[in-house]
Amino acid sequence: MNRTHSSITPWLLLLPAMTLLVAFTHYPAVATFWHSFFSTPKGANPAVFVGLENYALMADDPVFWRAFTNNLWFALGTIPVSIALAILMALWVNDRLMGRGLLRLAYFTPTVLPMIAVANIWLFFYTPQYGLLEQLTGALGLPSHNWLGNPNTVLGAMMVVAIWKEAGFFMIFYLAALQQISPVLAEAAGLEGASRWQYFRMVQFPLLMPTTLFVLINALINSFRLVDHIVVMTKGGPDNASSLLLYYIYEVGFAFWDSSYAAALTVVLLAMLGVIAFVKFRILDRRTHYQ
Amino acid sequence: MRRAILKSVAALAVSAAFGASAFAANPVEISFYYPVAVGGAVTKTIDGMVADFEKANPDIKVKAVYAGTYQESIVKALTAFKSGTPPTLAVLLSTDLFTLIDENAIVSIDTLAKSAEDKKWIDGFYKGFMENSQTDGKTWGIPFQRSTIVMYYNKNLFKEAGLNPEKAPASWTEMVDAAKKLTKRDASGNVTQWGVKIPSTGFGYWMFQAMTASNDTILMNSAGTKTYFDKPGSVQALQHWVDLTTKDKVMPGGSIEWGTTPKDFLEQKAAMVWTTTGNLTNIRTNASFPFGVAMLPGIKHPGSPTGGGNFYVFNKTSPEQQAAAMKFIRFAAEPARAAQWSIATGYVAPRQDAWDTAEMKKYLQEVPAADVAREQMKYGVAELSTHDNQRVTKALNDNLQAALSGTKTPEAALKDAQRESDRILRSYGR
Repeated sequence: MNRTHSSITPWLLLLPAMTLLVAFTHYPAVATFWHSFFSTPKGANPAVFVGLENYALMADDPVFWRAFTNNLWFALGTIPVSIALAILMALWVNDRLMGRGLLRLAYFTPTVLPMIAVANIWLFFYTPQYGLLEQLTGALGLPSHNWLGNPNTVLGAMMVVAIWKEAGFFMIFYLAALQQISPVLAEAAGLEGASRWQYFRMVQFPLLMPTTLFVLINALINSFRLVDHIVVMTKGGPDNASSLLLYYIYEVGFAFWDSSYAAALTVVLLAMLGVIAFVKFRILDRRTHYQ
Repeated sequence: MRRAILKSVAALAVSAAFGASAFAANPVEISFYYPVAVGGAVTKTIDGMVADFEKANPDIKVKAVYAGTYQESIVKALTAFKSGTPPTLAVLLSTDLFTLIDENAIVSIDTLAKSAEDKKWIDGFYKGFMENSQTDGKTWGIPFQRSTIVMYYNKNLFKEAGLNPEKAPASWTEMVDAAKKLTKRDASGNVTQWGVKIPSTGFGYWMFQAMTASNDTILMNSAGTKTYFDKPGSVQALQHWVDLTTKDKVMPGGSIEWGTTPKDFLEQKAAMVWTTTGNLTNIRTNASFPFGVAMLPGIKHPGSPTGGGNFYVFNKTSPEQQAAAMKFIRFAAEPARAAQWSIATGYVAPRQDAWDTAEMKKYLQEVPAADVAREQMKYGVAELSTHDNQRVTKALNDNLQAALSGTKTPEAALKDAQRESDRILRSYGR
């Protein structure tokens, strides 16, 4: 085998994966970045270079800031709760109990259901007067509440849907991680007379850290990616109270047809996700204890 | 090996060169995108119409594509247009008119239908519907699945409240009075049945336009370059809407979901609801009680905007395809067919001759409610449509929701909406 041949082989082996990566990840990202410096072409007017105008527009756009802060609250509200719930559910279905398989299935169901269909069902859960939630609170004698129609409660209501959807998914990872923990540790803790809580806090939880880190990153990325139930249930309303970044990008891109402004917004979102990924790979990863 | 490849390349080139003439003998193929925005078997009705058309015109093949909601349909049609393969024909919102013109995506109908007979045919559509199909003296769209807002009311609940079930409230004051009698509270003061529900998500601007129209205020100019959101008549209309919740206490607070409003009515949680006439067939099939359909009660007089979709013919398609598309439009608008379409869905047949067919007359005897929408056309105004329409509409919708949820006063909300719309439209007014 000659020299050139041996240096071509690895590239050829990489080619299929690289083609896909370049075509669907790198090229679109670079193109988006490039387009964000131009105006949107329309009819007879071609795109012209406008420099940072789209970004200046963004800094001045109240809807963008609203969506941005909504998104931060959304992440803050959904991630800790869904992770805590996931651990709880995983601990429970990890035990030997009757109908364990069924219970696991039940917890995982929200993850496999299509979000659009689910959002339509939740829309009726929240419906004032005769929705499921109203029937429950009504039976307790509480007053009727318009959950999705009130700017103060709509974001919280959307968070609940997201938590319901995410917790089951994260549970799977925790369940897998719990099953990796050697039963010897539980026996040893039992001999030492550790309580269940002590065993969880001193043994299980630290050993779950790599999983928690993985889940945390996924949860963060998901919370900036989540959009489908917003489209179906609120369209970002009332008055942008439930608008999230990705939904706003969709609106600007495909309802307003302002593709260059949408590109600028996408660049901001990409940058944020990039920072999150960087933090994971460079900082958190080094501080996590792997088995 | 190499020779074989060369041979096949040559063969391909030859067939491509002769392909054009060979295709001419084949039927013209056109693609047709259409949305479904109401309940019922609309796709089946369209497929039937396409099959009938192909039978009558064997030289034309129609590929009908169900493209989702109105919003999804325009996304698909414009994306296809931008990539160079637009549909020949599409049904899209009449309010997308300026967006399509600005993108240079559509052909004006006048260039396709030029004869005197054609002109007469175009004049046969209701004026109210043509307002959203023409601008600058040109016709760009042909009305197809057009609608308007009507009020549905529950006759049983009217009877219970001591109101005349055969006479719906005709003015705003009458509606509020009736709604007060129709709003029921339980022992602890919680409302179990609302007098009236006017949805504010999705089509909030449309409902609002009905109120302003009945208060002698229009919201935009016909060139689509100016809006008049903060005129005193508009502020007064929005105040009336907000009052339903805060002062009259006959409508729930916060925004009211467009999609669940028909269900609220069917569940008898709201005695009167405002929604599109396109929901008539849906409500007629599912209501477990006698109901009435009435013109919208107005502030000074009746008034309602039109709504719904038009046929548009796209640019970047061949003249043969455009001619074939025109044939299809003529076919769909034939009186008997327009009548059949209207009966199947509840949409308003857009021409008088459709209403004069025997089939339609028979239907009107069975369902007199269907005539209300046509009667209301006398007071019809064009639906809100401007350049950069989605953006302007969002500015208004957001602020209407802010006023209805109590975060802004009607006056402040409409001032904000006007300022935002001026900013968006500044480059079009010149």
